[in-house]
Amino acid sequence: MSQAGVALALAAAVETRRPSALRRLLRRPLAVVGLAVVAAFVAVAVAAPLVAPYDPIKTNFVAVRKAPSDAYRLGTDEVGRDVLSRLIWGARASLLAGVIPVTLALVVSVPLGLLSGCAGGWLDGLIMRITDAMLAIPFLIVAIALAAFLGPSLVNAMIAIGIAALPTFVRLARGSALAVTTEEYIESARSLGCSRVRIAVRHVLPNIVPPLLIQSSLTAAAAIIAEASLSFLGLGQQPPAPSWGSMLNAAQRYLVQAPWMAIYPGLMIFGIVMSLNVLGDALRDALDPRQG
Amino acid sequence: MSLGLYVARRVAVLVPTLFFVSVLIFSLQKLLPGDAAIALAGEEGDPAVVAAIRAKYHLDRPVVAQYGIWVGRVLRGDLGESLRNKIPVTELLASKLPVTIELALCSMLIALVLGIPTGVLSAVRKGTAVDVAANALALSGLSVPHFWLGIMLILLFAVRLGWLPASGYVPPWEDLRRNLTTIVLPSIVLGTGVAGVMMRHTRSAMLQVLSADYVRTARAKSVPERLVVLKHALRNALIPVITLGALEFGRLLSGAVLTEQIFAIPGFGKMLVDGVFNRDYAVVQGVVLVSAALYVLLNLLADILYFLTNPRLRGA
Repeated sequence: MSQAGVALALAAAVETRRPSALRRLLRRPLAVVGLAVVAAFVAVAVAAPLVAPYDPIKTNFVAVRKAPSDAYRLGTDEVGRDVLSRLIWGARASLLAGVIPVTLALVVSVPLGLLSGCAGGWLDGLIMRITDAMLAIPFLIVAIALAAFLGPSLVNAMIAIGIAALPTFVRLARGSALAVTTEEYIESARSLGCSRVRIAVRHVLPNIVPPLLIQSSLTAAAAIIAEASLSFLGLGQQPPAPSWGSMLNAAQRYLVQAPWMAIYPGLMIFGIVMSLNVLGDALRDALDPRQG
Repeated sequence: MSLGLYVARRVAVLVPTLFFVSVLIFSLQKLLPGDAAIALAGEEGDPAVVAAIRAKYHLDRPVVAQYGIWVGRVLRGDLGESLRNKIPVTELLASKLPVTIELALCSMLIALVLGIPTGVLSAVRKGTAVDVAANALALSGLSVPHFWLGIMLILLFAVRLGWLPASGYVPPWEDLRRNLTTIVLPSIVLGTGVAGVMMRHTRSAMLQVLSADYVRTARAKSVPERLVVLKHALRNALIPVITLGALEFGRLLSGAVLTEQIFAIPGFGKMLVDGVFNRDYAVVQGVVLVSAALYVLLNLLADILYFLTNPRLRGA
């Protein structure tokens, strides 16, 4: 078979597999629910200025810690800000924290993982020992330590979370690449004289997308919890800008007088994280060939 | 392969890992914006103090030499001194670590008691409502933010019902009953996440084992189903789950940071957060170093457990 022939056969294989994976995903009711919830969160975050009933940072000292009512559906906080509006605007920080660290981790880890998996030798050994070392420090502890040394801000928190997520992605990309390089079509591409870079980018990369996609969904969930944790500690989003984590921090002081301040932000985090985890599980079931 | 040779090989792999861990932790202080000596002394630090810090931490030497000096001290058990209360970091760690270990052990107990039976039940009743409910519970345990669950439990059990204290900690040797009342809520908070992981792993390990030939044989010779599940299947399914338990310790340490903060438990996690807020960088580095060392040790322990429980490895 010519090189074009191999490429065509490969493209055909990819073409026929993709729709069926998507169809398998959409056949799972839980996956559809997860996808719908994530889409709803994104829509609310994007449309925040249109759907939020009040200004999320404007204080109102005549409406301090008001219980949920018709005027304030989810009540107000310790300086009279509308909890619902802050939740809606806070979705932006959370979703950004889900997307940016994962993107950062993917952009850095995929080339490193491919390099490690395809090149082998001392370079592979070096990259793996560094990821081992990073994996030895618990995820949130890396993120907190990095955020502490970088200084408290949402951007630094996202960088810290991205770095903390890196080693898992590098290992996954490398492991998947190693598994793919033993396949016969890689052997044939090699015997046809394809360069190593071409094999890595054209033949290995498309085939390691499914595991990376699953991991992205699960890491986005972990990153949202990590951002909320860092903001809760005061190392993420800085006041008065709203974030679910920092709202929970303030709420802790008014548990007796204003429990609504604590209940709703946590429910939001729980909802989006659960949806992403459900989606990740469903993606794994749909994309893993062993699941039939 | 003998156990000794196996352990020696595993330890040999750990040496480069520990080297890179030390480089990572050392580089943390290089992330401080601007001059580290000024950052350590504070923005308004006296120039004499800044100079003293620079000399004390060898900040005037090349980076490689600084690393060498730092590692040399760490290897002698000297992790520096807390800027805040002038106590050696190792001493602080020694006083805080037992608290977190107690919390971690209680959480692990809750995770095992909740996770393994639900996992077994869910595998045995695969596809039924019980399975769906158990899976939903496990996923909830994995998705719920620890610190929020902590706040909700305080709201319910301390504020509304008044059954348990909202926060604080009493050492077990002072008053065991009060110790248990202060540790139960944080242990539930930390245990739920790990229980979710345990349940999912027990379920998949059980499903795999239940379809194995020897289980079919046991059923064919009409061994009672209860015995098949508990004796033939569970014993083998537990091997990967137990080794996983050691690895989950990292998740417990991560979770302990916020849980201790919420319940005002003076442990390792609270020490990290206090260190961060006091800009007490030696404390932060110490906590990160010890958590990495604990993780590496538990990993080794998991490997050894796996070796001991898996006779096939011994033949290799």
